[in-house]
Amino acid sequence: MALTAGFFYLFATLAVFSAVMVIVAKNPVHAVLFLILTFFNAAGLFILLGAEFLAMLLIIVYVGAVSVLFLFVVMMLDVDFAELRAGFIKNAPLGLMVGGILVIELIMVLGFQVLKPGIAAQASVPIVPGASNTAALGRVLYTKYVYFFQGAGLILLVAMIGAIVLTLRHKEGVKRQSIAAQNARTPATAMSVVKVPSGGSMIPDAKPARVPEPVE
Amino acid sequence: MTDAYALFLLRDYLPIVIFIGVALAIGLALMVAPFLIAVRNPDPEKVSAYECGFNAFDDARMKFDVRFYLVSILFIIFDLEVAFLFPWAVAFKDIGVFGFWSMIVFLAVLTVGFVYEWKKGALEWD
Amino acid sequence: MTLASLSPLWPELIVAGAAMLLLMVGVFRPETDNDGEAVGWLAILALIGAGVVIIQQPTASQTLFDNAFVIDGFGRFMKLLVLAGSAVALLLAFDDFRDHKHMKFEYPVLILLATVGMMMMVSASDLISLYLGLELQSLALYVVAAFRRDDVRSSEAGLKYFVLGALSSGMLLYGASLVYGFTGSTSFPVIAGIAKSSVAAGNIGLIFGLVFLMVGIAFKISAVPFHMWTPDVYEGAPTPVTAFFAAAPKIAAMALLCRVTLGAFPGFTAQWQQIIVFLSLASMLLGAFAAIGQTSIKRLMAYSSIANVGFALVGLSAHSAEGTQGVLIFMGVYLVMTLGVFACILSMRRQGGAVDTIDDLAGLSKHNLPMAMTLLVLMFSLAGIPPLAGFFSKWYVFLAAVNANLWLLAVVGVLASVVGAYYYLRIVKIMFFDDAAEPFLPVRAKALAVMAVSVVFVLFFVLPFIGGPIVEAATAAAKTFRY
Repeated sequence: MALTAGFFYLFATLAVFSAVMVIVAKNPVHAVLFLILTFFNAAGLFILLGAEFLAMLLIIVYVGAVSVLFLFVVMMLDVDFAELRAGFIKNAPLGLMVGGILVIELIMVLGFQVLKPGIAAQASVPIVPGASNTAALGRVLYTKYVYFFQGAGLILLVAMIGAIVLTLRHKEGVKRQSIAAQNARTPATAMSVVKVPSGGSMIPDAKPARVPEPVE
Repeated sequence: MTDAYALFLLRDYLPIVIFIGVALAIGLALMVAPFLIAVRNPDPEKVSAYECGFNAFDDARMKFDVRFYLVSILFIIFDLEVAFLFPWAVAFKDIGVFGFWSMIVFLAVLTVGFVYEWKKGALEWD
Repeated sequence: MTLASLSPLWPELIVAGAAMLLLMVGVFRPETDNDGEAVGWLAILALIGAGVVIIQQPTASQTLFDNAFVIDGFGRFMKLLVLAGSAVALLLAFDDFRDHKHMKFEYPVLILLATVGMMMMVSASDLISLYLGLELQSLALYVVAAFRRDDVRSSEAGLKYFVLGALSSGMLLYGASLVYGFTGSTSFPVIAGIAKSSVAAGNIGLIFGLVFLMVGIAFKISAVPFHMWTPDVYEGAPTPVTAFFAAAPKIAAMALLCRVTLGAFPGFTAQWQQIIVFLSLASMLLGAFAAIGQTSIKRLMAYSSIANVGFALVGLSAHSAEGTQGVLIFMGVYLVMTLGVFACILSMRRQGGAVDTIDDLAGLSKHNLPMAMTLLVLMFSLAGIPPLAGFFSKWYVFLAAVNANLWLLAVVGVLASVVGAYYYLRIVKIMFFDDAAEPFLPVRAKALAVMAVSVVFVLFFVLPFIGGPIVEAATAAAKTFRY
């Protein structure tokens, strides 16, 4: 399958490249844009695996919503990037050391011991031949896995409450449009005739319904 | 996955591949062409930020109101909710009454959240 | 599937349903600073209701949803502890939140949802339900940690907890995916079957998965070396929230650890035992020594909870019915003692507001002897002095370790208790022998009730009609697992 292999290497290379660029890019906005490119390539890999639904979900949810949120956050945080980078250079040797040790450990583990994936049991839900990926998911998600599905619903509810509890505040003294109240206004409630004495003045009152008392 | 299935799948996506190819070609052409053919004569005044005739007050990077963030979080939550509807719709015939009510309960849970959000005024912009 | 077949799930359904109902009740009532009081009482009622249903449930094990949800003796015991912890922590929140004019109705609702998550964790018998339960609980906890959002320290606590919690969830998920990849199943009984077979013996991929899973859970029980967040979060979060954090979530995460090690990986005992022994040793020692220099009593309680998690892990590492019984009793006693101490901390109020340094307790015995005596009893119990409850809880776990030939653990555990006794008794010394500081405001009814119950429990645990049923229930619950 030269064609599939070709696309796999195209997506995989681009995914790795853009993932590296996410952390290398100096401008955080560029980093987020590279992250989006990574998501796209991951979606391509999912399609090659036959997981179309996951691929579309990746694009709808991650590209369409999560990265937009990331952009908001990047722009909302008033970070002094020069200062951040100074800290990066200061801590770079430590980071490199920790990363190096991890790499060496991983190489040791993978080098000395061959992973044996052969112990896997039968897949618990066999894929129905001929059914599309989305349909195959749909057949089990709402019946066999209903507990997980409803659990996910509760998690979304907590996220909703949490976001509102932590960030929502109403500004004081904001005048909102109330169409019903505006339509219900009559000349009697909206206007008042005031007699201003000659040579005197009057301060308009904030409450229009009341007849203001003329000054002096 | 068998090779035949993979081929079948890829053929489905051929239009998208062609589409992305064409988009890439046009996009790149439009980006590269100015470098090659446009007249460039830069000048500090010409390339600096223009703000109604006077010098720019401050950095273009301003703090966003946290409200934007709240709206996008709420959007993501409903986006995910909708994502669950796709496989449900596709497999609707196979999952029976139980599958139907399972989705209704899920939607009811999120509707509770939506009512809360609405009453709290999280969807209003002061 | 019919509604009748859902009967093992009733407690969860009650709590989740109450959470949604109360959210609606709260949002349709007029908004005030303290609009959460009625909702809070109803939430406590729902928690009690769920507890009653759990007591009524048949004792036999039952599974639902293809083994994703299991209800058994162990699960019921732990769920009762979780419900009690949540209800009492919520009760303690009323007065303090009212002082800050921030008793919003979302708080009881979030506590209820966190409790649902904890109950899902306790009943998890599948990697997916494990993760969903954990996330439901954690997400609600992050929010309540930052609940007093105008307070910088509270927001900071929420942020720290969120970042480290997300990291630990990531590790846990990575471990879960490795386990799934190598066994082809997310269900604990299936995993246990494969892990026991000779094909899987010493499979390095599976070990990696197990390790990452345990790292993720160790974060949640704040075992050393994954404890860094605990002191900061405990100190920064509002005190009633800290009381909640120290009680119910610890129990749920400990239950989860038991489910993973005893339920899913009995075939890898040698591997996970090493990890648990290390976590246990490190937690006991660090908890004992790091607490000595603390000045804030909330930070002290954070280190104390780290040390107590270490003691509980001693029981788990024994891998015997005796050990599990020890864990269950230990967590039960720990819950009562912690909530009692936090009721005292919440009563440390002066005219200008709440205080939380140890020096503020100076000379407490001179103007509030009952409160000083309460703290004295609780501190003696935490230090493990017989015949208080804290002594017996430690006795059970150490005995199990000795019977499993884990001498090192038992010896270090006793030494750590001695070091721990130093800082617990220092508080007693400050209360009884130091010059009196400015007196506190009178103790309020709810805190007083919690203090009274915990002191009675701790003092009379030795009597057969208080300690007896708990030990019996723990013995029965420990038989849930095969060793």
